[in-house]
Amino acid sequence: MRFLFKTSYAQDIALFRHSGQRFWYGALALALCAAPWLLPDYFLSQLTFIGIYSIACLGLMLLAGFTGQVSLGHAAFLAMGAYTEAWLQSKGWPFALSLPAAALVAGVSGVVVGLPALRVKGMYLAIATLAFGFILEEGVVRAEGITGGNTGLTVAALRIFGIDFDNGRNFYYLVVAIASLCVIGVLNLLRSPTGRAFVAIRDSEVSAQSMGIHLARYKTIAFALSAALAGIAGALYAHKIRFLSPEQFGFLQSVELLMMVVIGGLGSVHGAIFGPAFWIVVQQMIVLAKDYLPPVIGQQTGLQPTIFGLILVGFVMFEPMGLYGRWLKVRIFFELFPFYRKGMFKRQKSYMKSERVR
Amino acid sequence: MLQFLQLVVSGAAIGCIYALIALGFVLIYKATETVNFAQGDLMMVGGFVGLSFMSLLGLPFWIAFMLAIVAMAGLGMATERIVLRPLLGQPAFTVVMVTIGLGYLARGLVTMIPYWGTETHTLPVPYKDEVIWLGGEGTGLVISVEHLVIIVVTVLLVTSLYAFFRFTRLGIAMQATSQNQLAAFYMGIPVRRINMMIWGLSAAICGAAGLLLAPITFVHANMGFVGLKAFPAAVVGGFGSIPGALVGGLIIGIVESLAGFYLPEGIKDIAAYIVVLLMLVLKPNGLFGDNTTKKV
Amino acid sequence: MTAALLEARHLSVQFGGLKAVNDVSFEVWPNEIFSLIGPNGAGKTTIFNLISGLYRPTSGEVAFAGEVISRMPPHVIARLGIARTFQNIELFEHATVLQNLLVGRHCHRHTAWWQDLFFTGSVRRAEVEFRHQVEEVIDFLGLQHYRDSLVAGLPYGVRKVVELARALSMRPRMLLLDEPSSGLNTEETDDIGFRIADIKHDLGITVIMVEHDMGLVSRVSDRVLALNLGQELALGTAEEVQAHPGVIEAYLGTAELDDV
Repeated sequence: MRFLFKTSYAQDIALFRHSGQRFWYGALALALCAAPWLLPDYFLSQLTFIGIYSIACLGLMLLAGFTGQVSLGHAAFLAMGAYTEAWLQSKGWPFALSLPAAALVAGVSGVVVGLPALRVKGMYLAIATLAFGFILEEGVVRAEGITGGNTGLTVAALRIFGIDFDNGRNFYYLVVAIASLCVIGVLNLLRSPTGRAFVAIRDSEVSAQSMGIHLARYKTIAFALSAALAGIAGALYAHKIRFLSPEQFGFLQSVELLMMVVIGGLGSVHGAIFGPAFWIVVQQMIVLAKDYLPPVIGQQTGLQPTIFGLILVGFVMFEPMGLYGRWLKVRIFFELFPFYRKGMFKRQKSYMKSERVR
Repeated sequence: MLQFLQLVVSGAAIGCIYALIALGFVLIYKATETVNFAQGDLMMVGGFVGLSFMSLLGLPFWIAFMLAIVAMAGLGMATERIVLRPLLGQPAFTVVMVTIGLGYLARGLVTMIPYWGTETHTLPVPYKDEVIWLGGEGTGLVISVEHLVIIVVTVLLVTSLYAFFRFTRLGIAMQATSQNQLAAFYMGIPVRRINMMIWGLSAAICGAAGLLLAPITFVHANMGFVGLKAFPAAVVGGFGSIPGALVGGLIIGIVESLAGFYLPEGIKDIAAYIVVLLMLVLKPNGLFGDNTTKKV
Repeated sequence: MTAALLEARHLSVQFGGLKAVNDVSFEVWPNEIFSLIGPNGAGKTTIFNLISGLYRPTSGEVAFAGEVISRMPPHVIARLGIARTFQNIELFEHATVLQNLLVGRHCHRHTAWWQDLFFTGSVRRAEVEFRHQVEEVIDFLGLQHYRDSLVAGLPYGVRKVVELARALSMRPRMLLLDEPSSGLNTEETDDIGFRIADIKHDLGITVIMVEHDMGLVSRVSDRVLALNLGQELALGTAEEVQAHPGVIEAYLGTAELDDV
């Protein structure tokens, strides 16, 4: 167990709390840099996907986990980013401009979707975002001139300053770099007034207002940033998959993003990375396991949804803080060894606070 | 004009399905203040259960219908007991995620069950493809029996539900629980058991909706997505209001049907969502909803 | 004669058929402790909600430092320097005490969200400054021990103090305390009493307080306003108000009813 003796306010503000953290995150960065030499191409490609989904989940985490605004239409922002990027690339825009443009377009659509959030909350908001998701998906199908409609759209290979980013290694580095920047951006937000305003809105809107927080303004910012992150993820996704069609961005994709965030652990930045990592690792394990299972089970298309459904239900029931919560417990177990008590993280039984007035 | 009426009738029939699923949402919402996102998938399972009773056991449609409803009620209660009871008192979002997981699970699991699988099945109902002419054959209003059955059964179900809530002890206990869980608990109402029954009731209604819808859309694993359109129905009516769910369902069904004919292609599929967004902007509490501001 | 800091002029609010507050007028002078008392349903908390902008008055208005505030949204009113606490504690449960207090500094921020995103030099300097100011409040209320604990795990009495600290972090000109002693034991209530007096004397903050504990009210209040069923009953010092026949009647019922 480590005891921190803080001697300056800057220590409370720093990203790394102590030298141990600096060491381990440094090691992680090194491992990520070395990955292309250690992993076969296929796994590198999966790692790239983890990076892309992490960015999208980071956005959703900011909104659902930190601001308390549930979105069931997040795939629509992914679509906005992906199609904007594909279209601008086909018009010959450089990546350095098209990526911010994709983020901007998604961010602006986030502001539009966020408008109902200013009036409604909870379930109503979830349904409003769901509705927007469906409408945007239909819009993508109809805007055939830009999106190719249901036939789909092929995305050009990515070149930045004449360097080819089509191969696995270069693109992987690009994704890791962008994802790291996004993580740092979100961490910065969370340790500054904006992030605290988000958390305040999540935990109590009335007292947030009474502390001088402009609810409408901060909810709009949260939606815009969240959508912009999803837009960045969408743009990278477009270059990774190289083929876009509307059904990739449907309701199921939105639900899957939300599932990743919950499995990762709502309300933690770690969770936004643990979630997609877990998701893709399990997906690969299912693919591998198929060869060993009897064909009656192994060849079923329903195998994957079944397993993920079970995992989600299991997490919510037994580990509501998600993988991040599990990670904390394991860490504390070793830090306190042998003094860890079983009831340390026990959930309190309570009757739900009603939001209704009668 | 005739064309218009024709569209209204078929829209109302589909609207009844939305209304029934929305009713399922509303019952659970009123009782537990959480939304069951697996409602559409429960409907799908209901369809499959009915199908199995008919084709595997060879039961006649109406008996299979009743048995499927009972089976669904059992499934609903079991779900509550096993998955949701341990989460009693947790935030609404937790329960929403669990139901999303359950829906996901159901869609996967159904395709893995032999015979159900990924194919599309036809429910062999006795009234398949029959029509009734109102106002002269070939010239008047044509109503397919499938639609008529939906409307009639919905009316019957809703009337009996109304009577149940109004006149039976259990129904009144359910109302009490939905108004104030803690107070009901102190008054000696077994809140947990009531919640379980409400889940059963809600699942049964969805099962009925599934069997009514089956002749029109066939039975398949993704049939539950229809349930997503019941959200707009519930919101338009005002989440938490039983008459609201009915009116909302009818409105969504009819608007959709009219939009499919009079408006450009593609609008039909999103008409429900446009209506709900308008509703949320203009009157967030819906037609019959109550005020939900928090007190400090 | 100094100008009143807060002035309620013929304030009324109606919910459906219920007149929760009915034509109430009062003035609060700078640097005084002004208490609102009255039985349940007298409209005390409603008056707080009217002052802090959570409710709109049906008629009448509230003026703060000469400015009419009753049409302003809550966050603007907070920025003018009115802080409040809540009857049933409305803290940010899943954040640490420190974070809760730092939210109190929100209305003094001068950086934009995009600066926060990059954590620019000015954000960093502002953060250190905020942290320093919050530490003063922590010292003032003796919360050092709980600085990094999550609010959700704290005992009730401490949460009450944390909420007070959060309001003080705003460095308000006026503080609205909604039942500061509810749910506290006598010892904790005494503590709160000393703290309220300190807030007035050391920090020069005007306090309006809704309170049921008459001991606490008479100990710290300069003036007391008694309300019943949304209407003013009596205004004066604690002794005067307690001796007022209307107040006794409101609390104990009429003499005729006592005969039963």
